[in-house]
Amino acid sequence: MTPERTAETAGPPRRLSPEQRQRFDALVLPHLDAAYNLARYLLRDPHEAEEAVQNAFLRAVAYFDGMRGADGRAWLLSIVRNTCYTQVRRRRSGGEKVEFDEEIHSHDVEVPEPEADLVRSLAIASVRKGLDQLAIEFREVLVLRELESLSYKEIAHVTGVPIGTVMSRLARGRKQLLLALGAGVKEGA
Amino acid sequence: MDCREAVERLSAFVDDELDPVTSGEVTRHVESCASCAAQLEDHRQLGESLRQLDYHRAPDLLRARLLRELGAAERPAARPARRPAPAWRWLSAAAALVAVAGGTWVIAMLPRGGEEVAAREVVSSHIRSLMAEHLADVASTDQHTVKPWFSGKLDFSPPVTDFASADFPLTGGRLDYLQGHPVAALVYMHRKHVINVFVWPQAGARETFLPALTERGYHVIHAEHAGMTYWVASDLNAQELTAFARMLAPPGGKP
Repeated sequence: MTPERTAETAGPPRRLSPEQRQRFDALVLPHLDAAYNLARYLLRDPHEAEEAVQNAFLRAVAYFDGMRGADGRAWLLSIVRNTCYTQVRRRRSGGEKVEFDEEIHSHDVEVPEPEADLVRSLAIASVRKGLDQLAIEFREVLVLRELESLSYKEIAHVTGVPIGTVMSRLARGRKQLLLALGAGVKEGA
Repeated sequence: MDCREAVERLSAFVDDELDPVTSGEVTRHVESCASCAAQLEDHRQLGESLRQLDYHRAPDLLRARLLRELGAAERPAARPARRPAPAWRWLSAAAALVAVAGGTWVIAMLPRGGEEVAAREVVSSHIRSLMAEHLADVASTDQHTVKPWFSGKLDFSPPVTDFASADFPLTGGRLDYLQGHPVAALVYMHRKHVINVFVWPQAGARETFLPALTERGYHVIHAEHAGMTYWVASDLNAQELTAFARMLAPPGGKP
């Protein structure tokens, strides 16, 4: 290990052989947009997202030998996701305000009588705001599901949690979002 | 199934991730329970709203920087396939499809005079169109703008239909080059997925509709219809892509 390496980086970009490069171009590179989109939603900042995607790509190159199977998207997204989490942790330890705290925010809220068309008329902006305020583990499953159309199995692969956890995080994330948007969601859901 | 159980399962229900038995129980419950039906509707609306959120495409500068780091800048953007696909590659793709489809399509899947090479070329064009940020030369959702744009640029008039009503809006068109000649590339969207449709006239085109192939993580469908050959490529799932391709080139030849 060279002195300039740290635990955070995957080391200097390793050259891919021509055959590996061809495989990388075909399997991983097409999913750059998906990588950036996920980073944008997880980090909520364009510069942070660029930094994360760049670091994730360096890791992807460094660890490309270890990639199995043909699902480059899920593989790349899992690296992007882990890179984002590392950045969030670093940001936190740097003294920035804490992320959404589930213990504080997720208690059941008293909801007024539901209006039938409330959700229907929601402005996209408030949905965006509500999503941004969710805890990162709920935000990521919702983005992977709704914007990437991944199956629960694929989301489990990306996030490294069991399918049952994916299912319950989606349900809880949606419930919190609907509550925040003022829809009449029953307790106990 | 009572209300509590039903409500707990609405999220997985809208995602179509419940087993058929449970899914059927939820369906029966919401049919007879107005309150749960309203919450199901909330979930559906929420999903629609979320899918309309911005999809942040990677900035050009980031893409350029990454490609430079990868050494990609030295490589020509497009190059012809230098050698035919190794047979094993095709066979493994066929085997995978057989495993999925239970063998129904084995015969249609076997290489037929360069079909596999064509599918690879189509996917390469699809990827190139996404990577170069050059998806459309004419960006319009109006088929009456897109269709005339091609006249004078191609020696044929491609069929251009908007399928916005089926949630596959036309977003534009461009010229592309496939199998040795200029072709029309029509760009459609479905949710956040880009679909490229490559069309050109085919002498002696039969009415053909081949099942979706998987090539490098993308799905490709080949059809021939009304004298035209169609190649459809997207990262959309095979089921929805097939439904879309059936609207373009109805199997059985009915318009």
